[in-house]
Amino acid sequence: MLNYLINGISLGSVYAIIALGYTMVYGIAKMLNFAHGDVIMIGGYVAYCATSYLGWPVLFCVLASVVVCIVLGIVIERLAYKPLRNASSLAVLITAIGVSYFLQNIALIIWTSNPKSFPNMVTLPPLVIGGLQISSVALVTIAACIVIMIALTLFTGKTKMGKAMRAVSEDKDAARLMGINVDATISLTFAIGSGLAAIAGVLLCSAYPTLMPTTGAMPGIKAFTAAVFGGIGSIPGAMLGGILLGIIEIFGKAYISTQLSDAIVFSVLILILLVKPTGLMGKKVNEKV
Amino acid sequence: MKKMSKSARSSFINYGIVIVFFVIFQVLSSAGKLSSSLSGQLIPICTYVVMALALNLVVGISGELSLGHAGFMSVGAFSGVVAAVSLQNSVTAAPLRLMIAIITGALLAAVTGVIIGFPVLRLQGDYLAIVTLAFGEIIKNILNCLYIGADSNGLHFSMKDGNSLNMEPGGTVIINGPMGALGIQKISTFLSAVILVLIVLFIIQNLVNSRAGRAIKAIRDNRIAAESCGLNIMKYKMMAFVVSAAMAGAAGALYALNYSTVVPKKFDFNTSILILVFVVLGGIGNLRGSIIAAAILTVLPELLRQFQDYRMLVYAIVLILVMIITNNSKAKAFIGSITGRFTKKAAVKE
Amino acid sequence: MKRKLLAVLLSAAMICSLTACGGSADSSSADTADTTTDTATDAATDTTTDAAADTTTDAATDAAADTNADASGEGGSLTGTLKLGVVGPLTGAAALYGNAVDNGSQIAVEEINAESADFQIELNAQDDEHDAEKSVNAYNNLKDWGAQAIIGCVTTTPCVAVAAEAYADRMFMLTPSASATSVTEGNDNVFQLCFSDPNQGSASAQYIFDNKLAEKVAVIYNNADAYSTGIYQTFQAQADTLGLEVVSTTTFTDDTANDFSVQLTEAQNAGAELIFLPIYYTPASLIMKQAADMSYDVKLFGVDGMDGILSLEGFDTSLAEGVMLLTPFSADATDELTSSFVSKYESANSETPSQFAADGYDCPYAIYEALKYYAANNGGLNVDGMGYEELCDILISVFTDPAFTVDGVTGSGMTWTAAGEVNKAPKAVVIENGVYVGL
Repeated sequence: MLNYLINGISLGSVYAIIALGYTMVYGIAKMLNFAHGDVIMIGGYVAYCATSYLGWPVLFCVLASVVVCIVLGIVIERLAYKPLRNASSLAVLITAIGVSYFLQNIALIIWTSNPKSFPNMVTLPPLVIGGLQISSVALVTIAACIVIMIALTLFTGKTKMGKAMRAVSEDKDAARLMGINVDATISLTFAIGSGLAAIAGVLLCSAYPTLMPTTGAMPGIKAFTAAVFGGIGSIPGAMLGGILLGIIEIFGKAYISTQLSDAIVFSVLILILLVKPTGLMGKKVNEKV
Repeated sequence: MKKMSKSARSSFINYGIVIVFFVIFQVLSSAGKLSSSLSGQLIPICTYVVMALALNLVVGISGELSLGHAGFMSVGAFSGVVAAVSLQNSVTAAPLRLMIAIITGALLAAVTGVIIGFPVLRLQGDYLAIVTLAFGEIIKNILNCLYIGADSNGLHFSMKDGNSLNMEPGGTVIINGPMGALGIQKISTFLSAVILVLIVLFIIQNLVNSRAGRAIKAIRDNRIAAESCGLNIMKYKMMAFVVSAAMAGAAGALYALNYSTVVPKKFDFNTSILILVFVVLGGIGNLRGSIIAAAILTVLPELLRQFQDYRMLVYAIVLILVMIITNNSKAKAFIGSITGRFTKKAAVKE
Repeated sequence: MKRKLLAVLLSAAMICSLTACGGSADSSSADTADTTTDTATDAATDTTTDAAADTTTDAATDAAADTNADASGEGGSLTGTLKLGVVGPLTGAAALYGNAVDNGSQIAVEEINAESADFQIELNAQDDEHDAEKSVNAYNNLKDWGAQAIIGCVTTTPCVAVAAEAYADRMFMLTPSASATSVTEGNDNVFQLCFSDPNQGSASAQYIFDNKLAEKVAVIYNNADAYSTGIYQTFQAQADTLGLEVVSTTTFTDDTANDFSVQLTEAQNAGAELIFLPIYYTPASLIMKQAADMSYDVKLFGVDGMDGILSLEGFDTSLAEGVMLLTPFSADATDELTSSFVSKYESANSETPSQFAADGYDCPYAIYEALKYYAANNGGLNVDGMGYEELCDILISVFTDPAFTVDGVTGSGMTWTAAGEVNKAPKAVVIENGVYVGL
């Protein structure tokens, strides 16, 4: 029972860290970045190359992955999303899907379809409490998740740039009138989101070490679900949603059916949304008449 | 009166496009000028056209984003296959059997639509989108565990495996979990596919121009205003949603009976997205756009085969570019300045 | 790259010539018209007449990669250019299987083409994205190109869809790796080069029972995958008849193929001594790692999908220590045929060939051998411009001939039943010190 809970939390923390990136971009740019999962995959591949082919130490690998993903995130934003700043959200959604296809197929051409087994980047001994064993990857993921959550909350709450972000998220035009560089702010958001994706990629692949061009797709959708679960746009909500999703998935598998685990996860999501239509920690937006 | 005739004319142009499309390909095909690659795609094209029209009813006319329409297609596909296979001996005429299968698929998908619609349509925006996505995944997951067999005692269902269907010897397994339905007789024809497209088009166009259709559009444009006028929001939203689900189910049955096998995996999130792409590229709420976009985008990946490994990459780039060109205000203004002249001329003529 | 470019150009030329022919002629005569554009085969056609003089039948039954097969000048020789289509997933989630088959078959075709100038094979691989609809499109595309026989499809579901089309068209199909019985059922034109699912499932149960590997067995399979579910079902049926106790059966899907802690815990709690894994090696590698993390020491038993685990880039092979699997191919085998294939594949693709690559390699050879066999027995054969219907009948007659055998890297002395299933001996191997060791 306790074992399942720990497994659930470790799976959930991976979802949570991806969901943080999702919710960040959604909160500020108001778009569902479906390519987020694929940026994670690219991050994983970069870290893999850095460690396996170049033999860099772990920290440099992560750093390289973060840098590449940030650049990638900004480039994607500039080329694909910026021209659609004033278009309908559906048009942006479809473009994001196009970017997702693009990244997957680029990865397929560069790294071929053969899966790579990702080396464990977290080579610490597992934590053993009594009969329970918590892997070091899970611990690091949970720790990273908490650190990132706090950092993001502080950043958006206290710093000038963070305030600019919130202003853009509230009202783009008003923010522009107040002298905020909206484009730069949105680019920054994508840079942060993509940097988080790189870290998520390394941790995802350390926990579940298979790397393929489609690696990011399903965790991406699950994390998106987690972000909605927690109330999309809310940073603590993403973390909570991710961890709950992981726990529900593991418990559903353990006590109900391994065959129907996805159905269980999504059913719980629907139930939650029916009771609380804006997710667990989402803000209620009052309609203006 | 003039306005009426305008929408009626637009409807007739849509029927005309479908009929011309049918006649051209029928003539080409009987003259043998059609490559097997293209002739093999005629029925899928019609299926996707129906799907795009159905989704456009929800996304464009009713204004609700659905990311799980492949789920309805899946329900229609599998119930259609079950109907077609179990009637194989009693109904010998293939077109009749196809018709029964399509109606069965549409009905079951409509029932699913009602079940899903009640909780889903209370939500709005991205939350609605994610819940439809979730339902699509749930349907896929359940169908992956569903086993249906038929023997002389009727249909047998199981959620465990094919061995626990408890069938008499000689019974056939129609749906075999993740292996899906196997050994389906191909009874879909191009003619029946085109007829389905015409029927769907007829229903949507009449619905849109009816009192109910105007109510649906009013709710889309301003929910609160519509509500204050005394419109039953839930009723009209459900109407659009369920009709759309039924059409998707019919498309699913048509699709499944065109191949000798169909698996639940096919109707996943990516298929839902694919159809959404048709709708968005064709223009939200624009039926003619949906028809054309669905047809072109179904053929496009096949035309790109010569790019080999780069095929899907090129497809992705084309998708992004088209979205930017059609939605960027600068690009739009540029195109508008060209097309503007034509529409002006047309207006003068009138 | 050049080959691909050439293939593209050629296929473009073919399509042009096809449309030029118009629809008045049926497809087989259209093919005849095509070949006039093919300059490469001019020399080949000359030799057919004198070659038919005397036939030496034993030559054609030679081993697949046997390069000293009789010279083209004597005996009933095989001439012309054969257009072979390959259908498999080259992109998408299953791309690795399709690409392996494609790469393997390219090597075989290069070898065959180098062997004799009189008989050449043109290969054209089309992507099906592991989807029935796309697969039928790919097949139709190959038909337009003028394919005379098909190697494919690589994966089961698309194969069932294409098999029905090919059956109606009378196109010969040899699938390298689609293992479900539904692929060949009722289709006399479809043959398998790999074991069928029931074959593998019951053979595994039998093997575990006969060798008393375990009394309590757990199974983890992919319930969204036809291959995996198919093997599981036959395994379970055979285990029931033998009295092998299956204490835990758990599943996963492609969407949940990350975390196996629940499945492993359940197997552990049920006291399973052995876990049967009828799955591909990618999820299997995760299961091995997680079992090791849990310090759950259990025997693992796989099927042919497990092959490839040792060449998984970056995989710690010590995790796979003691894993047993039934596989027709092992890249570490030392026989001449395998080692030459492996070295060629490694130099061309900078990776170790998997069982899919080996299946892909054997397919062109099986067809080549069959054509040689027919040529030897029937006073020569010129495949230039031969319609696929005609070629289909020839190939069916040879493949169902009990005297026809093929030696390939996935088995020696392969023969086929009339139902289309292959007869070859499955080899049980165990992984010791990072290499396969025969059991």
